[in-house]
Amino acid sequence: MLWFLFRDFTRPSGERPTVVWWLFVVAVAGLLLVWLPGTLGLAELLDLSVVFVLALLALSMSFLWGYSGMLSFGQTAYFGLGGYVYAVSAMNLGTTTLPFLLGVLLPMAFALVVGYFIVYGRLSDVYFSVMTLVITLVLNKAVRATSGSQYVVGDVRLGGQNGIPGVPALQVPWDPATTLFIDGVYYLSVILVLVAYVGLRLALASRFGRVLVGVRENEKRIELLGYDPRRYKLGAFVIAGGLAGLSGTMFAIWGNFIAPEMFGLQRAAEVIIWVIVGGKATLIGPIVGVGLIQYLTTWLGTQGVGQVTLVLGVVLIAAVLLFREGLVPTLGALLLRLTRPRRRDDPNKRDEP
Amino acid sequence: MDTVFTYLYQVGFAVSILVLISLGLALIFGMMKVINLAQGEFLMLGAYFCVLTSNMGAPLWIAIPVAGILVGLFGVVVERTVIQWLYGRVLDTLLATWGVSLLMIGIVTTVAGPQSHSISSSVGRVVVGGFVMPGWSMVIIAAAVLMLLATYLILRFTNLGLIVRGTMQNPQMARALGTNTNMIYMLTFGFGSALTGLAGALLVPLFGASPTMGGLYIGKAFIAVISGGPLPLIGTMSASGLYGSIDGVMSYLFSPVLGEIIVLLVAIVMLRLLPSGVTGGMRKGI
Repeated sequence: MLWFLFRDFTRPSGERPTVVWWLFVVAVAGLLLVWLPGTLGLAELLDLSVVFVLALLALSMSFLWGYSGMLSFGQTAYFGLGGYVYAVSAMNLGTTTLPFLLGVLLPMAFALVVGYFIVYGRLSDVYFSVMTLVITLVLNKAVRATSGSQYVVGDVRLGGQNGIPGVPALQVPWDPATTLFIDGVYYLSVILVLVAYVGLRLALASRFGRVLVGVRENEKRIELLGYDPRRYKLGAFVIAGGLAGLSGTMFAIWGNFIAPEMFGLQRAAEVIIWVIVGGKATLIGPIVGVGLIQYLTTWLGTQGVGQVTLVLGVVLIAAVLLFREGLVPTLGALLLRLTRPRRRDDPNKRDEP
Repeated sequence: MDTVFTYLYQVGFAVSILVLISLGLALIFGMMKVINLAQGEFLMLGAYFCVLTSNMGAPLWIAIPVAGILVGLFGVVVERTVIQWLYGRVLDTLLATWGVSLLMIGIVTTVAGPQSHSISSSVGRVVVGGFVMPGWSMVIIAAAVLMLLATYLILRFTNLGLIVRGTMQNPQMARALGTNTNMIYMLTFGFGSALTGLAGALLVPLFGASPTMGGLYIGKAFIAVISGGPLPLIGTMSASGLYGSIDGVMSYLFSPVLGEIIVLLVAIVMLRLLPSGVTGGMRKGI
């Protein structure tokens, strides 16, 4: 009875989670947290952690695009900002708990300001997408220009193109002498993805989430029903910004290193590709998308077959032209059709006269 | 006197660059309400075609138009193979052109390598009073004016221009009157691409050609077109005039990066006030 699972994955709207879904989450958590770390070596765990770290960014994107109907091309702005905020404040303060929180909260504040202007300005599709892209591009340029020795925050040189090496590892809040090692980062990233996944699913099933999905479907109608769609959209924008900031913070912790590439065009394109390949109107799809694309780029890198950007471009064009729904919904629909007997007395189908 | 000249030159040059890189984009946007995210790579392709033709021995004043024509043809190919299937799906078009952009960076890097290519122009320096300007900047300013003028003349006084303007204002009516609007879309895309290719080629003597050069310009071009709004000529001129002046002065006084940041901030505030651009409220005009 697998289709129960896929029904949850493929439902675009905020449906209340079923018991089967909760069982599925617990099973996956057990698999990832108990079974996998025991079977994999540290190198594999390191490779796997980054998938979960980036999955947070993908979740932020699909929440914003797939559920709220706002196609932001620049979630990388909050991703990069989170990373830089964590790195700079951790290196200045010497502790990591407060910087970790700042790495989430400052991008949220930035998203609030940016969101006020572009959501309340009612920027429509193209305008919204392009402005978000330009914001991340300009941030990228600004950070790249900070290579001189005069660009210092506290004791930390921003380093321009070269980024900041030696970002401190995360300390355990109640025991600052211990820092998270590779396996610790792995556990933390898996737990964060699970929490984000369950949290977003519950948020989407709440009143807030239902209004958001309504805004995606028909903004004018929601407004006529008495809601202010801009408040809901701004809320979603800020939540997504915080999630992207969290992802950036974890990325800095994972790699002990940050560089302006976090804001760059290629990263911004990758975020879109993960989500469109996995299926934008699902929450599990983007996570699968990150895994697939990350695996593909690493594999292409080791094969030395030319350009990764070339392949990503082909994947993006093909996804837009041929597979609009994405992988997970397509698979889900296929499985549904295979496992469920076709209904003959379909009430929607009228008999021919 | 010299300071006045310096500022005039800085502003004129910044405005001209902005006009060059955004005019083709604005035409496509005005016609199809779509931003071509591969704009930067069309510029890059123009630059590469220019380097290629001039390496084959052609003088610069031939290589530049040739590059424009080749990029225009390339634009028609992209329109036929990718974009024509996506009319009416605005966001999908943006995504597909982003795919085209990545693809083009990948192909050019594979074929020509990641390094930068440059050619030098034979135009020397221009001296006004005690102030020396690179001659090629004058060429760029002249080219921007010429391109605006040519586009205006074509749109305003030719038969084809009339049909194009009609299709921009009301595609349904144009179709009802027997215009093949798909053909007009294709031609506009090709013409916009040709202008962009021309711009890319014109930039080569100053900045050279490299696979990722597009990324340097698209931010400004997108801002200009988005704040310009749906009317390509008035929009480009007003937005380029405003942002180019800010950019020119700020870059001269502080740094180019600060100039771009201030342009972005001004644009964000402006879009809060005029969400569909300067020309969003205008119904007629080009």
